[in-house]
Amino acid sequence: MLPSLTFSTLTFSGPCVLLRQPLRRATGNHKAVPIESTSTSEQADQQRAAWMAAAQAGDQRAYARLLTDSVGLIRAVARRQGVAMDALDDVVQETLLTVHRVRHTFDPSRSYDAWLSAIASRRAIDILRSQGRRDRREVHDEFALDSHPERDDASAGAEREQEARRLREAIETLPPGQREAVEQLGLKERSLAEAADVTGRNTGALKVNLHRALKSLRDRLHGGS
Amino acid sequence: MSDAPRHEALIDVLGAELTPVRRLPPPWLRTLGWLSMVAVIAVVMFMHFGASTMVHRWNAAPDLGWAAFGGAITAITAALAAFALAVPGRSIRWAWVPVPSALLWIGASGMGCLRAHIPGMPVLDLHGANDCFIFIISFSIPLSGLLIWLLRRACPLHPVLTAVIVGLASASASASLLEICHNFDAAATDLLMHAVAVAIVVALNAIMGGKLLSRA
Repeated sequence: MLPSLTFSTLTFSGPCVLLRQPLRRATGNHKAVPIESTSTSEQADQQRAAWMAAAQAGDQRAYARLLTDSVGLIRAVARRQGVAMDALDDVVQETLLTVHRVRHTFDPSRSYDAWLSAIASRRAIDILRSQGRRDRREVHDEFALDSHPERDDASAGAEREQEARRLREAIETLPPGQREAVEQLGLKERSLAEAADVTGRNTGALKVNLHRALKSLRDRLHGGS
Repeated sequence: MSDAPRHEALIDVLGAELTPVRRLPPPWLRTLGWLSMVAVIAVVMFMHFGASTMVHRWNAAPDLGWAAFGGAITAITAALAAFALAVPGRSIRWAWVPVPSALLWIGASGMGCLRAHIPGMPVLDLHGANDCFIFIISFSIPLSGLLIWLLRRACPLHPVLTAVIVGLASASASASLLEICHNFDAAATDLLMHAVAVAIVVALNAIMGGKLLSRA
């Protein structure tokens, strides 16, 4: 199955009649599409391709519309790959990050849906594999679970303290801008406007710093465990 | 359940980070870029060794000419396939594109061992076969490195498959370059050394290139 064909039965938008449209549009070049197959879904695809072309030139508004529009498509692809409902949003987040990183690889003369579908498919497989690895590491032994003594409160408390210390140490290693964003927005629970006042940075920079900080912390704490 | 606020927050962040980007050139153009490096090496080798030995060898044994032709076409098609596979949304069937020429290359090389030897041309001993081995490996490493470096600017969603094709492209390009200075008739030892060298290059790419490309 080609990755580019995975949008064949998407139900994310538009009327049901769209589902009957041929798949050729999603496989690539616009020139190969017969006139009679031009449909609302293809127009939507072309619209998204135009938004991405504008985003490649730096148009933030087109980019925001495109990414918002893409969420439904990504979820549909992830569902088709067999990703569980509770993990769909992880696929969406990872795909959006990948789209942002590799947006220069999109060719506006080709299908945006096919391009996005291939990325979303890959990220869905990555999530499924990481879940598979986690499941294999976990022990499923009911007898052992029942017969194992509960840990006492002291050891649970010590564990919590240890986790908190690891987190504090990880935050300490962040670059100053990111550390500041975590401290102000995460630990002190200030609003964006308050944090902007305190730090003298604009809210956009704070959001970017917070997002990068969370990603680094996630990589560091989960990756290292 | 959809986590819309979380997505909106991320979309806001990504929008704030947005900067104009230079679009990736099409795969065929990027292939030409890599091939131009191979062509420069070929020109330097022709200037040093000349083409007479190569032409004499091909005239005396057309199967060797076909093998060289297959090798050169494999280098071109494999590089094109690697660049195409590195762009999301392109068909995975691109991986099949270098297969026919690779079969011609390997098949015609194998046929060289079955026919009569070329009069007046030495048959390769083990020492000479070692030189061929070193030549293919040492040219494949920089050519693979360059190809992987170029591919990392794209987004290979099938990193190991792409890396295998990178190995095929660089090994076949190196074997084609070897033709220019390969003043020997085909022999089983020579063919074996070529095959081992190509297999090593492809395997190394699959292991190391796959890792490098998966982080791209």
